[in-house]
Amino acid sequence: MQELNIGPAADFTDPGRRIVECDGIEVGVFKLDGAFYAYGNICPHMGGPACQGRIIAKVDEDIAPDRTSRGFVFSKTQLNVICPWHGYEFDIRTGRHSGNSKMRLLPVRVRVSEQGDVIVALPPEIRRGIADAGMGVPPRPSPPAA
Amino acid sequence: MLERTPQQFRELKEITIKSDTRDILSHATRQAESFEDYFLVDIDAHVTETQFWNEILACIDNEVIRAMGMGQQLRPGQGSTALLNTVTGMSYQHVYGRIPHQAALDEPVEDTGVHHFTTLARRAMDALGLDYQIVFPTPMLTLGMHPQEDIEAALAGGYNRWLTERILPEDDRLKGLVYLPFNTPEACVELVEKYAGDRNVIGFTVTSTRNKPVHHNAYMRLYSMIEETGKPFAFHSGFHWGDPSFLQLNRFISMHSIAFVHWSLIHMTNWIINGLPERFPKLKLIWVESGLAWIPFLMQRLDHEYQMRTCEAPQLKRLPSEYMRDMFYTSQPLEKTNLKLLQSTMEAFNAQTQLLFASDWPHWDFDTPASVTSLPFLDAAAKRNILGLNAARLFNLEVKRRRPRAKDVLASRPGIS
Repeated sequence: MQELNIGPAADFTDPGRRIVECDGIEVGVFKLDGAFYAYGNICPHMGGPACQGRIIAKVDEDIAPDRTSRGFVFSKTQLNVICPWHGYEFDIRTGRHSGNSKMRLLPVRVRVSEQGDVIVALPPEIRRGIADAGMGVPPRPSPPAA
Repeated sequence: MLERTPQQFRELKEITIKSDTRDILSHATRQAESFEDYFLVDIDAHVTETQFWNEILACIDNEVIRAMGMGQQLRPGQGSTALLNTVTGMSYQHVYGRIPHQAALDEPVEDTGVHHFTTLARRAMDALGLDYQIVFPTPMLTLGMHPQEDIEAALAGGYNRWLTERILPEDDRLKGLVYLPFNTPEACVELVEKYAGDRNVIGFTVTSTRNKPVHHNAYMRLYSMIEETGKPFAFHSGFHWGDPSFLQLNRFISMHSIAFVHWSLIHMTNWIINGLPERFPKLKLIWVESGLAWIPFLMQRLDHEYQMRTCEAPQLKRLPSEYMRDMFYTSQPLEKTNLKLLQSTMEAFNAQTQLLFASDWPHWDFDTPASVTSLPFLDAAAKRNILGLNAARLFNLEVKRRRPRAKDVLASRPGIS
């Protein structure tokens, strides 16, 4: 599988993100608490550019011991990237939908090289996944080479 | 080791309210490459008319109400909602900024040869792969709850004039339905008379969010006139926080899930139980933006009750569901979390001939044409009907490709750095 050097890891803010496109394959690379995560830029809902949305902490509800609600609070531990098409929210650390763990972004291999560069894989199924409107999660694997 | 080489990739930016429509929808354009040979009609897209509200206010016939609106516009911070009954502080559709295109399409528009909206609409049509798009208003969808009937009628007149004189003549791919101020039946009659012959007006619409019984005798002349035009009559659903039924709902998700369906249930039930399909057998009815899941529910419920209480609906000659099966429905928001249920739903009202694709763009829960092409239980003929051919028959549209090729749209989009 093709890999891409997208430049120095030190150039990322934390939290931070870059979205790259190469030959129709779009990948979002995230840095959070020093770790890197990468996903195909395809929302499993309808194929939207999920990695290009806003990054906002998960919303929780503070329930008191007597089971009354104290209202909304932002999560201190979970940061989500939100698909700009329809608002589907995905945990940056796992790629899983905030309210439906069966739904997830396609994980993509990412690493930092000895030279300190971020190297990300380019799975070809992402190209077809975009064209297929995100149907089938994760995108179907590539057929074996002829 | 993978060497650092000259940049082999392009960087994509975060989608914001400043993003170009063609960039926001570039994945939809990629999807459109797989149905290039389809004829595609979008029955329900929207203009955010308050973006051009001064132009619409200027089109109001009544000089006093026009001056009232212009005067309201002078108040700082109130500029774009004069005379409207929308509650702007509770316009939560964009999920508090999470869905930028619903918040605003504030993208650069350089083309000054046509109206700003026409440029935005062309970008959306091209990006989604549409040959035609039918335009509805947005904040005016709640105008049926306006306490001042004369204001609804005046704004309806202004909007219709703006749409038909300023927008629709600019692009033959754009079509419109005339807004009928249903709280004033005589004003509706005047508008049907005025626009019946306008070739860009392909129907008439009532916004469903209102407490007016559709079976009232005051509307019979209106229905007769629309029936005579041969053009369809559409109920476009919506919501309003002011309705007492909904005051218990504390989240927009609850309101949006129920209200759109609620109004369709009310008006459809009154329409059928009072025998309007028998009184206006040639009137073509469309139900817009309530999704599909409510249709089989109401079919079963009304059939069940009707057979016990036939005396209360003496004009009916068939089961309620049979009348519903003669009507047309738009697809968005297409509930598809359970494909078996969706398949049964589509079979219940014969979607192959009665369903019309709708995107609802640029609203927050829009659907792309792939929402239909990706359904595994539909054959190609059904998909082609739903995506365009049903609409062509209903609205008498020429089945002719009018959109650019998807690959050309992708090549010309501006937002890749």
